[in-house]
Amino acid sequence: MVELTTYNMKPKTLRRLGLVSLLLIAVAVSCAKKPAAPLPQPAPPPPVASASSPVAPPTATTSTQPIDDSVPVPVRGDDAINSRSIEDLNRNSPLKPAFFGLDSAELDDAGRSNVAANAEILKRYPSWVVTFEGHCDERGTAEYNLALGERRAVAVRTYLVGLGIAPDRLRSVSYGKEFPFDPGHTDAAWAQNRRAHFVITSK
Amino acid sequence: MHASRTNSPTPWMLLILSVVGVALLAQVPAPAPAAGAPPAQPQQPSEIQLVISGDPGTPPRYAVPDFVALSPDLAELARTLGQVLWDDLNFEREFYMIPRDTYATIPTARTAEEVPLAAWRELGADAVVFGTVQRTDANTVRVQIRLFDVRSRQSAFAKEYSGGLANPRLYAHTASDEIHQQQRALRGVARTKITFSSDRNRETIAGPVQNREVKEVYIADYDGQNQRRVTANRQLNLMPVWAPDARAIAYTSYRRGYPDIFIALIYQGLQETPTNGVGQNWLPSFSPDGSQIAFTSNRDGNPELYVMNRDGGNVRRVTNNPAIDTTPTWSPNGTQIAFTSDRSGQPQIYVVGIDGLNLRRITTMDSYADRPTWAPAPFNEIAYAARTGPGYDIRIFELATGMTRQVTFGEGTNESPAFSPNGRHLAFTSTRTGRVQVFTMGRDGKGLKQITRDGSNYTPGWSN
Repeated sequence: MVELTTYNMKPKTLRRLGLVSLLLIAVAVSCAKKPAAPLPQPAPPPPVASASSPVAPPTATTSTQPIDDSVPVPVRGDDAINSRSIEDLNRNSPLKPAFFGLDSAELDDAGRSNVAANAEILKRYPSWVVTFEGHCDERGTAEYNLALGERRAVAVRTYLVGLGIAPDRLRSVSYGKEFPFDPGHTDAAWAQNRRAHFVITSK
Repeated sequence: MHASRTNSPTPWMLLILSVVGVALLAQVPAPAPAAGAPPAQPQQPSEIQLVISGDPGTPPRYAVPDFVALSPDLAELARTLGQVLWDDLNFEREFYMIPRDTYATIPTARTAEEVPLAAWRELGADAVVFGTVQRTDANTVRVQIRLFDVRSRQSAFAKEYSGGLANPRLYAHTASDEIHQQQRALRGVARTKITFSSDRNRETIAGPVQNREVKEVYIADYDGQNQRRVTANRQLNLMPVWAPDARAIAYTSYRRGYPDIFIALIYQGLQETPTNGVGQNWLPSFSPDGSQIAFTSNRDGNPELYVMNRDGGNVRRVTNNPAIDTTPTWSPNGTQIAFTSDRSGQPQIYVVGIDGLNLRRITTMDSYADRPTWAPAPFNEIAYAARTGPGYDIRIFELATGMTRQVTFGEGTNESPAFSPNGRHLAFTSTRTGRVQVFTMGRDGKGLKQITRDGSNYTPGWSN
C-alpha cells in the first residue's frame, strides 16, 4: 500500500510483484523443507551396482582407514525412494510428467525422454504399478477432452511397453480438462495442464 | 412427475391426484349470457376446441393475475401460482403475455362469475386466467384453473387439480402444458427437468499433487427451480442425460477410479451399471425409445462408439477408426448417430447409421466442433459447439438444407447444447456471467434464461 503511493505503481505491477515474492517465499520454503533431496541423481547407478556396493568393502590393506565414509549415496538413494509412502512419492514424484502440444497426443523429444527416465525407475522398482493420467488444457471442449486425455495416456503406454515395461503394471485414466494442475488461463498454465501425469498406485 | 405420460406413480405424481374437468366445466356457466355465444359444448371437456385468437396477424394476448386464495394462509402460494403460470405460458412465445404489473386497475374477482371480462378487454386481453387455491387438508390443496375467452365470454379451459404441497409450482406447470396442448396443439416443457454436473458443493478429494474439486449430478425444474443433488460419491460425475421416461439419468462417473457409465433411477434411489466392467466407458446417450444406449469406450484400444441394450447386453461396435470417435447423439427415429471424430485431424461432426454404414461428415466450416445434439422431430437439425475464437459458440446444422446457423455470438464461451423435448429450446453452458453456468434459449437464440447460479455448472441434459 505504501509502495503504491510512493512509487505510483500500477496495481497490476504490484500484483505481479506480490506474486513473484510469493513464489520466492514458496521456493525458499520448499528448499528449506527438504535439505536432503531424496530424488535420484541424474544418472543413478544400475540396481545391480547399488545392491553390491554395501558388501564390496575395500581390501584388507586399508584397514587403518575407517570405512564410515563409504556409506554410499546410491544405497541411500534407493532406500530413500522405497521407504517413502506412496502419497509422499506422488506428491514429490521421481516420475516425470510428459507434456503435450495443443490438441496433440504426440510425445515430443522431451516427452519421450521423461517417459524413458520413468521407465528406468520402473525397471529399478519392479513391484511398482503406475497409473498415468491424461490431462488436457481448458481450451478444448469437456466432451472431446475426455477422449484426448485417453489418447495421451495411450501414447505413453505404447512407449513404455516398447521400452520393456510389462503392460500389467500400467494403468491409464483420462481426466480430460476436469483436474487442471494450474488453474490459470495463460499459455504457461495450459502447457502445465496438457500432460500425462504418472501416479504410483502400488509398490 | 409427468402425470399424463407415465403409468407408474411417483412421489411427485401423487401431487396431482385428480383432474376433474368434467364436473367443473359443467358447473361453470359462461360468466354472463353473451349474445350470439356458440352453444355450449356437451359432455367431455377434452373435446372442447375453443381456440382463443388475437387480432388478425397477432398472437392472442393473455393475462394471468394472481390466483385467489380461498384459504387465508395460501395468499403467497396464490401469487406464486399466477407468476409461474405466466412464466410458463410466456416460455413458448405462442402468446403475447400482458405484463403482470399492469393489472393493478382490474378489480379482483373472488369467483369465476365475478371475473371482470370487460375490464380485461379494456386492457387488451384476449384471454384471462382465473385460478383459485384452497386448502383441503393439513397438507393438501385443491387448485382450480380456468381460461376465459374475453371476447366470447366462453370458458375455454377448466381443470381442477388436488394433491400435496411438496412442489406446488407443478400445478401451474401442468396447467401450462395442458393449455399449450389445447390451444396450440403444442407439447409444452413446463413439467420437464434439466440435469447437469456441478462443483457447487466445493468438495475435494486428494489428488497426487493437490486436492481436486469433484462434481456431482444435479437436477432442476426446466425453469431452474427446485435444484437438488442426485449423486453423492465425491468423485467426478459428468455429462448426465435423461432416459426418455424421465425417471433415470445416465452419466459418466469416476467413482471406481476410471470413467464408467452409471444409471441413477432417481425415484427409487437405485443404480445400474450396464457396462459390466468392460473397459472404460463414457458419454452415454439413450436411444429415443430408451431401449439402447450409445457410448464411447476404449475397450478395443482407442475411443470408439458402441451401442448396447439398456441392460448392457448386445454390445455392437459402431465405429472402427484409429482416430477418436466420441460424443454420440441419436437421430429422432433411432437409426443414425451423430458424433465427434478427429479423423480429419481436428474434431468434427459426423453422422453414421447405427450399423456403422453410410458415414458422412456434416461440419465443414469449423476448425473444431464437438457435442452434437440431434433435435427431436419435426426439427431436422443438429446443434453443436463450434470453436469461434478463444471460445465456442452454438451452431445448428439443418440436415435438409445443409445450412448452418449460429445462435450465440461470443458472449463468453458457449458449449454443450442440449435440446428440449419439443425441439424449440436449447440448454447450454456459457461463461457470459463469469463462471460456467447453464442457460436456456429458444432455437432461434432468443429468450435467454439463466438456470444455475451456484458454483460452476456443466453439460446439461433436458428431460422429456
